[in-house]
Amino acid sequence: MIRYTIRRLLAVLPTLLGVTIIVFLFVHLIPGDPATAMLRENAPVEVADRIREQLGLNKPWFINLGEVNCPQQDPNVKSTTGGVFMTYHNCDKFGWFAALRYWQPRLDRPFDSQYLLYASKLLRGDLGQSLVTKNPIMDDLKLKFPATLELSVMAMLVAVGIGIPAGIISAVKQNTPIDTASMFISLAGVSMPIYWLGMMAMMVFAVWLHWVPAGTRLGNDIEIHRITNLYILDSLLTGNVKALGDSLKHIILPALVLGTVPMSILARMTRAAMLETLNQDYIRTAKAKGLAQRVVILRHALSNALLPTVTVIGLQVGGLMGGAVLTETIFSWPGIGRWVFESIQFRDYPVIQNVILVIALLYVLINLIVDLSYAVIDPRIRYT
Amino acid sequence: MANIRAVRPDKVLQRKRISPWNDALYRLIRSTNAQVGLGIVIFLVLTAVVALVFWPYNPRIDSDLVNRLKPPSWASPRLDEKPGPGYAFFGTDDQGRDVFRRVVHGAPISLQVGLVSVSFALAFGSVLGLIAGFAGGRTDNLLMRLMDILLAFPSILLAIGIVAARGPGLNNTILAISVVNIPVYARIARSTTLSIKEQDYITAATCLGASDRRLIFRHVLPNSLSPIIVQGTLSIATAILEAAGLGFLGLGAQPPTPEWGAMLADGYKYLTIGAWWVLLFPGAAIMLTVLGFNLLGDGLRDALDPRMRGVGRM
Repeated sequence: MIRYTIRRLLAVLPTLLGVTIIVFLFVHLIPGDPATAMLRENAPVEVADRIREQLGLNKPWFINLGEVNCPQQDPNVKSTTGGVFMTYHNCDKFGWFAALRYWQPRLDRPFDSQYLLYASKLLRGDLGQSLVTKNPIMDDLKLKFPATLELSVMAMLVAVGIGIPAGIISAVKQNTPIDTASMFISLAGVSMPIYWLGMMAMMVFAVWLHWVPAGTRLGNDIEIHRITNLYILDSLLTGNVKALGDSLKHIILPALVLGTVPMSILARMTRAAMLETLNQDYIRTAKAKGLAQRVVILRHALSNALLPTVTVIGLQVGGLMGGAVLTETIFSWPGIGRWVFESIQFRDYPVIQNVILVIALLYVLINLIVDLSYAVIDPRIRYT
Repeated sequence: MANIRAVRPDKVLQRKRISPWNDALYRLIRSTNAQVGLGIVIFLVLTAVVALVFWPYNPRIDSDLVNRLKPPSWASPRLDEKPGPGYAFFGTDDQGRDVFRRVVHGAPISLQVGLVSVSFALAFGSVLGLIAGFAGGRTDNLLMRLMDILLAFPSILLAIGIVAARGPGLNNTILAISVVNIPVYARIARSTTLSIKEQDYITAATCLGASDRRLIFRHVLPNSLSPIIVQGTLSIATAILEAAGLGFLGLGAQPPTPEWGAMLADGYKYLTIGAWWVLLFPGAAIMLTVLGFNLLGDGLRDALDPRMRGVGRM
């Protein structure tokens, strides 16, 4: 088990490295570069150069192998950009061969590159700052992440609480109208855009029926003592019944909407796994020895059928984080998903980049935990 | 007695030969799921063709601000002015445009996004997977590590990152969705290649001196096709869903293109005043499309599953 764990941990390292490289490359996929993207079209070149220097974009991306000094064409225009391995001076009008002709190798500081700077900052927990609010991204993340966490946990509760029982019932009552109905609902669940479901639900339950408030986490008039920023937990800890009721009322609709996809997938998975186990010999034996139907289904079939379901729950967390961007946008939920949406509007590249990074890291971590816990539950996995 | 003697013995024992593909087709058209799915897909393709050929639409000159946000009705607000059905029975949107017309013209866009992005992903991914599975060793390890890295991102977020960086638009949406889907095909193609490589007929072909190219194109590729086809159909569904999501976030097709996701983003602004029709119809169109491809994919999976061959017919 220890050997399996260590091997699995080591296997994650290249993935983590790759994830940071891809997220780093997002910024370099921008046509031109972030500096020109941020400015208006005919901004002076010097301004773009100054921004490049501020953001460190004048350094090479990965390894510093020196500089390429092209002959200056226009005495008024100077430019400096970072290439993959070298820094380019005034090379706008030269093709790729400029690197061959004008390269001045300098190998004394190979690690002075954008990626290594970014990676070393990441290791220190520094995610840079937002271009719009100038706040450190880490500080905003600490404020907004609990909102997303709370929503995701509630959505997962919805998904597990409805999806798994629905799957069991479908399998036990295979090919009855109940089965058909629940399988149709789950197929519809994976087929509809969740933000559309969210908007329709909001229209019906908030705008027409006024059962629940439309959007946000808490009513304006409710006081809450913030400890963890998970409002439900906070109100429970401080015994604030009013805040608890209000935050539950706010969360129910977004949680149902966000939970729809994992719920549908869980229902289908559970049904398939249950059908497979129900056909096993030991189930027939259990029935033959006169056990009650309940006991056979819950103890003998379900506990075996749940193994694949555990993996699926883990995998769904990633989808949940993706769905959070859309769901939070609809419900004005102040979490990291809505933050990504707002940053897209303002072209706040560092925020988009780093929030995606954080989510991907979380996803990798959760998958690792699922893998390890799977090995604990099912000894066959530890194939060492 | 005379009848029996008239039949030649070899004919009696011979079962009608059916090729695997014909058998799959037979089972496909017998499954209810696939029938419904195929029906929906054919309906959508017809809608798209009719929209493109017989009912041209220019979204740039379509606004009619007098008739903004009119609820669905049979009485047209502009019966005589516009060609096509004069009834705004899906209502009009915030610029007085006929929602029905825009929903119909969203079909070719969504189908195009789904088909093109999945074709790209399928082509690149399967080739990568074939190479990885066939070459094995270091190549395999490197390629699959790269695919693992792409899979480490929740798909819609990776797509958001790519489109946000490349700039919004339909082409970048297609590019992003293709990239996101590549690892899926690479994995499938690799795993089928690995299992096929161990088969006796591959050993036989190798012994007969078949080249690698012949092995790949004559034996491995045709035999690994069916899981890829199933996945292809299912990923058209998710691709359409993701493209609409990007459109909703303002990253996909730009207004005034009648893309369903972008239409939902427009309609979202009028949610609080109860303009349900600008939301209901584009969303229902997305759902119908995705449902169609999902059902067809499920049906194909059952039909192409060799364990089910010949079930239900003799």
